[in-house]
Amino acid sequence: MEHTETLTHHATVLVACRIEDLPPGESLRIEAGNGTQAVAVFNADGEIHAIDDTCTHQDASLADGWLEGCAVECPLHGACFDLRTGMPSGPPAKKPVRTHRVSVEDGLVHVHVAAPVGAL
Amino acid sequence: MRSVAVVGASLAGLSAARALRAQGYDGRIKLIGDETRPPYDRPPLSKEFLVSGTSAEELALTTDDDDSLGIDWRLGTTATALDAGERRITLSDGGDVRADGVVIATGARARTLPGADGMSGVHTLRTLDDALALRASLRSGGPLVVIGAGFIGSEVASTAMAAGLDVTVVEALPVPLAGPLGADMGSTCAGLHADHGVPLLCGTPVRRLLADGDGSPPGFSRGRVNGVQLTDGTVLPAATVLVGIGAVPNTEWLAGSGLTVRDGVLTDANCATGLPHVVAVGDCAASYHPAAARHVRTEHWTHAHRQPETAVRTLLAGDDASGRPPTPLPYFWSEQYGVRIQFAGDRQDGDSVRIESGDPEDRCFLAVYERDGRPTAVLAMNQSKQFTRWRRQLATGWTTVPT
Repeated sequence: MEHTETLTHHATVLVACRIEDLPPGESLRIEAGNGTQAVAVFNADGEIHAIDDTCTHQDASLADGWLEGCAVECPLHGACFDLRTGMPSGPPAKKPVRTHRVSVEDGLVHVHVAAPVGAL
Repeated sequence: MRSVAVVGASLAGLSAARALRAQGYDGRIKLIGDETRPPYDRPPLSKEFLVSGTSAEELALTTDDDDSLGIDWRLGTTATALDAGERRITLSDGGDVRADGVVIATGARARTLPGADGMSGVHTLRTLDDALALRASLRSGGPLVVIGAGFIGSEVASTAMAAGLDVTVVEALPVPLAGPLGADMGSTCAGLHADHGVPLLCGTPVRRLLADGDGSPPGFSRGRVNGVQLTDGTVLPAATVLVGIGAVPNTEWLAGSGLTVRDGVLTDANCATGLPHVVAVGDCAASYHPAAARHVRTEHWTHAHRQPETAVRTLLAGDDASGRPPTPLPYFWSEQYGVRIQFAGDRQDGDSVRIESGDPEDRCFLAVYERDGRPTAVLAMNQSKQFTRWRRQLATGWTTVPT
């Protein structure tokens, strides 16, 4: 799907999908473009969250992961990240993933992708 | 309970110590490990670690948060005996540890090939030191002969091939990985070697290793390995040999303890052993799986990570089963030649295999194992998302099987 991009203050706003296309328990991966990291968007029991898609342990897509409550388990090695804070809850990941603000406007899920570290 | 000794300081042992604190235990924790290094992550050891500049520190499993656990570390000492009556553990450094509760997490060690004693260039791979030694050996170039086409051997072959080494894999069985995956899918996985030009010789056990200085009088130390002779007479030249023929549980120290050991310490589904206040977890334990109706010794990372939560609940709560997490669905992964292999479930011989999507020839597919028309396990190559869905679905069925 095409993502609409709008540059605002240090954040790129992406339209991820229509809200009905992301039912509870589902996730999707969107490319942020411009060489920045991909973003994973989750519907955790009705709450929409967005985090960096790539696990900080090894190259795996968290959008492919196992969603349980407010945590996603990496599909490869089982590292768990809290979707609200990005913090890992156990091995093998030790570094957090970035979280991104999400808003729902006119039935569309908007992800406000934070600028990459060091880009400001 | 005021003191717990955790014997074994790798993933299962560390996870047990963390689980003790997470479940509110505030007594003493002694964590005993035979390696001098603090716990580290083993899966990378057979992969890029072997040819990269990754440091040992980057593999550490512990984080700053673990400092607050108040663990009394006893590293670099091996448990040599368990006196069950007193729950006293004898250590190789001459000391001993008495505790109210014991978590046995001594893991497994790599099985060795007879006749390789004193020969340099012959490696097994289990510890970080093993990996550093193999890394140094591979730096001097090939050829590398990998004995055993299981996951460890195949991962090392793939890593060494990518680094430009001349690699040959030999396997005693007619089909590699037939045990965990069945013959069909074992063949498919083994096909990855041929895809990348790595010869795989199956059904050809090793007769002996050849070394410089062979034929020297007894008592002379042997030199470096220079070849592998197979039972059919073939001689494969080798500068380095990796022996990847499985693992043996570290349970000898429990002889005389009263514990039942049969390819691992036998436990019930909740990690309880036959002795009160003694639980066993991870690679050294053969736990009863209700869904499979048998004892299973599981050597996988996720198992060592998750099972201690159950074991600790058993240790702290005794027979009170409330709040005990269910036995996790077996899961493992492998990475070979850039292909991600994932498996979950309880496959048994006789299960049929159905390709759910993709094509095994493309090395991108998902296969479902079935018994009596019901899914039992799932295997995927480069199909993480679909695999995750199946793993979740299987886990639901797995935990709802009546016990």
